[in-house]
Amino acid sequence: MITVESLTKRYGGLTAVDHVSFTAQPGRVTGFLGPNGAGKSTAMRVMVGLTEATAGQATILGRRYTDLPNPGREVGVLLDASAQHAGRTGREILTIAAKTMGLPTSRVDEMLARVSLTDTEATRRVRNYSLGMRQRLGIATALLGDPEVLILDEPANGLDPAGIRWMRDLLRDFADAGGTVLLSSHLLHEIEAIADDIVVIGQGRIVAEGTIAELLASASTRVCAADVTALATALAAAGHEVTLTPDGAVQTDATPAAVGELALAARIALTELRASDGARLEEMFLELTADTQRESRLTDLEGAA
Amino acid sequence: MSTALLTPTEAPAAPRPRTAPAPIPFTRLVGVELRKMFDTRSGRWLLITIAALALVATAAVIAFAPAEFITFESFATAVGVPAGSLLPIVAILAVTSEWSQRTGLTSFTLVPRRGRVLGAKLVATVLVGVVVVPVMLAIGSLGNLLGAAIHGIDPVWDTSAQILAQNVAAFVLVMLIGFTLGVLIRNSPGAIVAYFVYSLVLPGLLAALAAFQEWFRDIHLWVDFNMASTVLYDEHPTGEQWAQLGVSGLIWLVIPLALGLWLVRRSEVK
Ligand SMILES: Nc1ncnc2c1ncn2[C@@H]1O[C@H](COP(=O)(O)OP(=O)(O)O)[C@@H](O)[C@H]1O
Ligand SMILES: [Mg+2]
Repeated sequence: MITVESLTKRYGGLTAVDHVSFTAQPGRVTGFLGPNGAGKSTAMRVMVGLTEATAGQATILGRRYTDLPNPGREVGVLLDASAQHAGRTGREILTIAAKTMGLPTSRVDEMLARVSLTDTEATRRVRNYSLGMRQRLGIATALLGDPEVLILDEPANGLDPAGIRWMRDLLRDFADAGGTVLLSSHLLHEIEAIADDIVVIGQGRIVAEGTIAELLASASTRVCAADVTALATALAAAGHEVTLTPDGAVQTDATPAAVGELALAARIALTELRASDGARLEEMFLELTADTQRESRLTDLEGAA
Repeated sequence: MSTALLTPTEAPAAPRPRTAPAPIPFTRLVGVELRKMFDTRSGRWLLITIAALALVATAAVIAFAPAEFITFESFATAVGVPAGSLLPIVAILAVTSEWSQRTGLTSFTLVPRRGRVLGAKLVATVLVGVVVVPVMLAIGSLGNLLGAAIHGIDPVWDTSAQILAQNVAAFVLVMLIGFTLGVLIRNSPGAIVAYFVYSLVLPGLLAALAAFQEWFRDIHLWVDFNMASTVLYDEHPTGEQWAQLGVSGLIWLVIPLALGLWLVRRSEVK
């Protein structure tokens, strides 16, 4: 379990993390979602003691990370897969970590197999690794000590769709075995695919949190009709909130069933009627990303390349 | 979006029973740091280069020195040149690679007490000096035997055990200077440049200052660690010389290292 309490980190005038509080529960994958620059990495660095908090605190398994006697055996951490000595081989990097944690080197082979790095790949220098291979190596390092908690910063970056699927299954199994997973991403669909719970952060502040079902479930219905004005009037008269979308549809907080009945009573022919799942989360996320959209598209492309 | 994820997840499995792991012993960290010093190409090549240059230096003494200079001291001096300039770089890289190569992100998450990591590096650095320097001196001894045989003279062993021990200490001190610069600068090229400024430029500057400024002449040996360290090559250093070594060492080694360690512990690793 990870407990973050009112965590704040200021850099001069900039508040990178602003009173962030949440809990990542055992048995669940918690997604930490936010656009670039939202403060995800900073918050995660504070959690593992690499950055000092300005205020507030984070505890892992009830203790401060820096108080853990052998942290690698309890918490697996991957903050930046590229932060490795380019001149070491993948196997050597795992061996160093295993020795530090006091694990037998047989554990290194197990982990290489677990993340599907072949023997030849493992004896290559990390300089020659693709980002996807580095992510796998980073995951292997995080899993090495058989931890109870995983903290992963953008682990899906650089993975192909099959890689993302692999990661999802791996994290699912880890959580199903009672582990706690906190992973960050700036891509909504990645988090949707992997997480059970979501914490959305923007400009250092939490803007939404809940289970994925709660956040995606939407009280919103999209409906189109031959006579949109009549439909909107009927809905408004029945006390529902109504907005007209730019493409000529009506967005309302009435359920699809209620809309259908109203339309029948008012003898309005509908041309489209559906619940718009996830619209709220997506809209909120788009708003958050508005400033950084160009940037995140670029990262998206890089990730896909 | 996957609909499977919209179904409520089942209750979490009971966590595996666990015992708290034992703390990481310091000796293990020293072992890991020693390994990290030589498991990269740069680390290994530095070591190989030191040994190769020691052989070249030994061969040069045999080939070019006249018979009266075929003494152990000549060979010890010759093998000391490559070791003296490259061992500090080994010490520097042991520290700075954590930042320049960003491995600190892993090292300091596996061992959050940064002082312990740097302490292990310090011990590893001293161990390397204590092992490598005698090996260099052994190469010099072989050269002395070979040179004497070639020149048809009896080998001359003109260096006492005490001087040898002091020699090792002198090398360890220059390594510690490199280490300190590494901790303060935390960037590989920067720290290496700083080391060469310290060892090649600074002595000249201080000597010039001493030559032109009366007030500095009196304190010169108290503040010039390079100069003060040369007592370690003397047979009978005076008490004052030891004191000068101590005071200048405080200025150039102890205080900067303490400051550097304090800064590292407070800094952000990213
Ligand atoms: N060392 C630092 N000094 C100043 N600003 C920083 C520093 N580290 C991060 N920031 C700023 O803090 C904000 C959050 O950054 P970060 O945590 O990396 O975001 P994310 O990981 O969500 O993309 C950004 O505006 C970033 O520029
Ligand atoms: Mg980030």
